[in-house]
Amino acid sequence: MNMETLTIKSEQKEKQESRRELSRTISGSVAVMEALIAENVRTIFGYPGGAIMPIYDALFDYNDQLNHILVRHEQGAIHAAQGFARASGEVGVVFATSGPGATNLVTGLADAQIDSTPVVCITGQVFAHLLGTDAFQETDVINITMPVTKWNYQVTDASEIPAVLAKAFYIAKSGRPGPVVIDITKNAQLQLFEYKGYQTCDHIRSYRPAPIIRKEYVEKAAHLINEAERPFVIFGQGVILGKAEEDFKNFIEKAGLPAAWTIMGMSAIPTDHPLAVGMLGMHGNYGPNLLTNECDVLIAVGMRFDDRVTGRLDKYAKQAKVIHLDIDPAEIDKNVKTTVPVWGDCKETLPMLTALVEQKLYPQWLQKFKDCQQKEEEKVIRAEMNPDNEVLTMGEVIKELNELTNGNAIIVTDVGQHQMVACRYAKMNQTKSNITSGGLGTMGFALPAAIGASYGDPSRTTVAVIGDGGFQMTLQELGTIMQFKPDVKILILNNNFLGMVRQWQQLFHEKRYSFVDIQSPDFVQVAKGFGIPGNSVTKREDLKTAIKKMLEHKGSYLLEVMVGKENNVFPMVPQGRGVAEIVLCKEEV
Amino acid sequence: MEKKEYTITVYTENQVGLLNRIAIIFSRRKINIDSLNTSPSEVDSVHRFNIVINETEDVVRKLCRQIEKQVEVLKAYYNTHDEIVWQELALYKVPTEVIAAEVQVERLLRQHGAHTVVIRNDYTVFAAVGHREETDKLIKVLEPYGLIEFVRSARVAIIKNSDGFHEKLKEFEYREPGTEAIENEYLDKHEEIFTM
Repeated sequence: MNMETLTIKSEQKEKQESRRELSRTISGSVAVMEALIAENVRTIFGYPGGAIMPIYDALFDYNDQLNHILVRHEQGAIHAAQGFARASGEVGVVFATSGPGATNLVTGLADAQIDSTPVVCITGQVFAHLLGTDAFQETDVINITMPVTKWNYQVTDASEIPAVLAKAFYIAKSGRPGPVVIDITKNAQLQLFEYKGYQTCDHIRSYRPAPIIRKEYVEKAAHLINEAERPFVIFGQGVILGKAEEDFKNFIEKAGLPAAWTIMGMSAIPTDHPLAVGMLGMHGNYGPNLLTNECDVLIAVGMRFDDRVTGRLDKYAKQAKVIHLDIDPAEIDKNVKTTVPVWGDCKETLPMLTALVEQKLYPQWLQKFKDCQQKEEEKVIRAEMNPDNEVLTMGEVIKELNELTNGNAIIVTDVGQHQMVACRYAKMNQTKSNITSGGLGTMGFALPAAIGASYGDPSRTTVAVIGDGGFQMTLQELGTIMQFKPDVKILILNNNFLGMVRQWQQLFHEKRYSFVDIQSPDFVQVAKGFGIPGNSVTKREDLKTAIKKMLEHKGSYLLEVMVGKENNVFPMVPQGRGVAEIVLCKEEV
Repeated sequence: MEKKEYTITVYTENQVGLLNRIAIIFSRRKINIDSLNTSPSEVDSVHRFNIVINETEDVVRKLCRQIEKQVEVLKAYYNTHDEIVWQELALYKVPTEVIAAEVQVERLLRQHGAHTVVIRNDYTVFAAVGHREETDKLIKVLEPYGLIEFVRSARVAIIKNSDGFHEKLKEFEYREPGTEAIENEYLDKHEEIFTM
């Protein structure tokens, strides 16, 4: 930097300082910037456009405090913000313009809503006097996003901005987190108003972030656990969102409870914890699914009994007494009838429960999980890890990745077979290591989410594991990587198929492969076009070196691994069947 | 569980768009709203909705929890007929000449508790207030006499068992309302519904 630019910079800074201290009359757009700084926002993912130009104009002066990442599509912005939020535990922030800019956010909003991810999206809107006139780039953003947001609000007057944004951040991150959209009309962005400073929000009279804990239910729950012979804990993302990983570990360790995670709960405890018995769900592990129907007390912590976890509800854990810990009262009895509901923040309820449970071990019961694991090892895992032919499997790629990252990487997955394989086999030592689109199953999630995750926790390696189909949905974000140079390792598991749909067509539609034979470009060449180095491997002997090279490369890198075309993910709880009807191979389907 | 008519009472902030947010909860589950009324409550700045649907209690309870989950909703309650006092208003337009000619129409209207709202040369408008069966019955009665137009309002309902209700609502005006005021009602009823 030469002297001239330095002087300009310091002049700008002075101007900024004086504006903040002396003049209290500011524009709505500057109020947005002040709000973001007050909320400790450092990173924004966005894309400018006509109706949000005043905000981008204000951002120009705040460039030194707010790091704005220009994405290539608004869907990329919101997935990046989700990845950021999931890796950092903070609120992800998005800027988008009106009309198409805002509608492009909808998929990400739905994803964030169903996976309880705190995101604040600020969208530009046409001038207030043009609302409802079908003005250029006008859409009814508030009503479009209503079913997929925790809260949304349209600002038409600049003076509302500080309080509304304070409310937005509070709602997004408190209680059960979720996405919030604030739609600001252009006149409000431009309007000057008397700024009285920014006050963060910690109370809304009609909003209860967490219900009041009932001690008697905690006591009843502890009693049930103490009396149990075959207790089983299933946990979800609530443990991570509640920052209650340690409290959860203390709880299961004291009571000696075997614990299985949902896909969203993965990494809340290390995957190799002695009481960790694996993943639940359609492609989860054999033991946790089978033994759900053998336990006598089922303790669900921060999870919502999704249909992919429960299979057929009328065949789900009917023999068990169910204890459900959740912050969201609407989740209690929604899908599975609870014997004892322990509503409240698990950060508070878990220590209360830990204090009341007896120190115990269930060696015989735990052995049952180990026996199941052994069976799965023989029937599924062995062939996946050490195939008897030269075709690579997805599982062995993840195994190599585990060895080279030591389970310390953030694994961001897309949706499909590779997602299930990655979550089945990835080793994770730390919390917030698993970032995936669990509830919505959004293909195209991984690449932008990985970009976001790399900003959310730059201290860790971020590996995006993506299928050949999903990668093609949002690969324009390679442009974002090219320009802003985040460090993202892109690992494409290419089976030349839309693999999961193909698997279902094979198993349930008489192998009628209807439009699943997707063709791909030369991914390495595509990456090269964006200035990202890459490599493609097909042979087992090259795999380890290739992954090592990817991980050791400074900066982003794309590695494509050609894997078996028609490999299937097993075990599987076929749709419409109970968890105990889990199958280990296609002959059993 | 059998389907029944339930009246849902929702106390809310008065905010643009909240009606849609609440309506979405029903339409998303393909549940028809039979009647919907919004009005102020006795507490300044607190609005109330009365929503009538025909569903099983299990579904209604889940709906109430989803409604109460909305940021701007203070409380949601559901009640069966015997737990509320409710009224609906109906208007009937009948040709004036018929009423003039047929004396018994006047008598029938009085029998059904209807009163005259407007009399013109061409038509007369009557109003009746009551339960749905009563206002429905009057349609049948007036049909032979050339009923021109009929309209019925949404239901307004007051919950019978409302001890300290107003006080609870007032508490929302304070920063730290009491446990009873803010607790989710249907969680409290847990033990009545499921036994351990």
